Amino acid sequence: MFEFCAAPDTLDSLRWTACYLSNGVHMSFYGAFVKVLLLLAVTAPVALGFGFVGAMAARAPFAPLRWFGKSYIALVRGVPDIAFFLFFVIALDQAIEWLRHKALCPDWDQPIRQGNDFVVCQAAKMPLGNAAQWVHESYGFALAVVTFAIVFGAFAANVLFGAMRAVPHAQLETAAAYGMSRRQTFWRVLVPQMWVFALPGLSNLWMVLIKATPLLFLLGVEDIVYWARELGGTKTPRFTDYPHGDWRMWYFLALLVFYLAFTKFSESVLDRIMARLTKGQATAGGEAQRKAAA
Amino acid sequence: MSCIDTIQSYALRSIGIGERLLPRSDFTLCEQVTLIGSGMIWNIYFGVMALLLGFGFAIALAVGKASSNAIARKPAQWFIFIFRGSPLFIQFFFGYFLFLSLKSSFPFFAPFTAAWLGALIVLFCNTAAYSAEIFYGALLSIPKGDIEAADAYGLSGFSRFRRITLPTMLRLAWPAYTNEAIFLFHATALVFFSGFPAWQQRGDALYYASYFADKTFNPFVPYPILAGYFILLTLVVIGVFGFVNGRLNRHLPQNMKKKIRLRLNLIR
Repeated sequence: MFEFCAAPDTLDSLRWTACYLSNGVHMSFYGAFVKVLLLLAVTAPVALGFGFVGAMAARAPFAPLRWFGKSYIALVRGVPDIAFFLFFVIALDQAIEWLRHKALCPDWDQPIRQGNDFVVCQAAKMPLGNAAQWVHESYGFALAVVTFAIVFGAFAANVLFGAMRAVPHAQLETAAAYGMSRRQTFWRVLVPQMWVFALPGLSNLWMVLIKATPLLFLLGVEDIVYWARELGGTKTPRFTDYPHGDWRMWYFLALLVFYLAFTKFSESVLDRIMARLTKGQATAGGEAQRKAAA
Repeated sequence: MSCIDTIQSYALRSIGIGERLLPRSDFTLCEQVTLIGSGMIWNIYFGVMALLLGFGFAIALAVGKASSNAIARKPAQWFIFIFRGSPLFIQFFFGYFLFLSLKSSFPFFAPFTAAWLGALIVLFCNTAAYSAEIFYGALLSIPKGDIEAADAYGLSGFSRFRRITLPTMLRLAWPAYTNEAIFLFHATALVFFSGFPAWQQRGDALYYASYFADKTFNPFVPYPILAGYFILLTLVVIGVFGFVNGRLNRHLPQNMKKKIRLRLNLIR
């Protein structure tokens, strides 16, 4: 990156560090941080959507839909998350390939599960065997997003379900007395008021989601954990211009600091959102705000 | 090989007793259930040891955080923030590589790079930090009247803490602490996926479950088995902690007893 980086073994330590931290692999390492932030940015709204639908299903008047919503929440929350992460990625991958297999190769007569192997025809492979590298990577990333969304959607559904029940019942009765239909009551009275009850749970969930991002590593995505292990390992002069000993400890220390800083930052942002949402609400927090303003 | 044989050779495989080679092909349901169950020994070991050791430390941290003395408060606050604010997964990696580099300069640290000690230390610090936050919250919500009554009876200092503050704090914190314990047991599944090597393939339940899933390309058998074991373990934890909860609340009238409400939230 810098001009003086041409011959690293002649540099003094400060310049050496600058060159070392700006070489090509380190750029991939920094890119992995972007990947983590991207995952958070994509997953959070998707999981919130899943949660909203799940919560709506869990309080639906139609019984099978209600059972579906409730069992979705209970099942995902009752089992270790990491097992779900490992399970869903394979299961989703196989389900997609199986569906494509059924659609694209109707004249395939062999069984799909041959003993220990899962065999589909070439055209049904996902992504296709001859696809570019970036397709493979983004397919893996998309699977990870869906998995995160399913797991966190269940947590969010639980929070939103509780928040919907926390809205004072008198509000809903008043809406009914004014002649609003169920749908109108839900969208115009319940949903706008539930967020203040949901926010403590949702912000907790956001913190948990931040702390779950290293699990991307287990899903086979080249994330910060992957790069920290790669870059930190002992490097000999034969393979690199920047030989060093085992620095993995320092790389993981950097990750630790990154997560701590991100947590701290999120905390202060969420405090602000909470103050904004509490405004004018009939809760203790809202009352305190009114008193402070008066 | 009948199922009894399988249980005899693999039930204690995770601690190195029994058949040395893992099954390689034609996996039966019995083999999967036995080996994954055998791995649960490690999950239980990590969970129980970390909880027992972490309990005392957590109380010390909570008292430290609530202290008015900055020398006691600041370290406790930082410890709790560091271990609650970062992912356990990264803590495992950092701990492992830290012990690895310490080992190269001091041979004394050799056992710390093995999972049974190194991962236990990380889990111990982690659960101590999470429990300390729970205990700290309970410490702040002890009714003022209780402390005033203790003062009126002439209790002070350590005897007031031991007889009034501590039991009330535990009673208030217990439902949340139960959830923390369940949390911790689920978190033990991360150990062998985070740097710590499984020596001679002696791993925990998830280690064997993913072994089977990798070999058979079929996640639909081993992971539900694993889930079943964890649900059983969770029920046992709830039972034990519920018993302790009853003991802590035995002086209260029936309708004032605090029920343990399960709030599962499984990632840390």
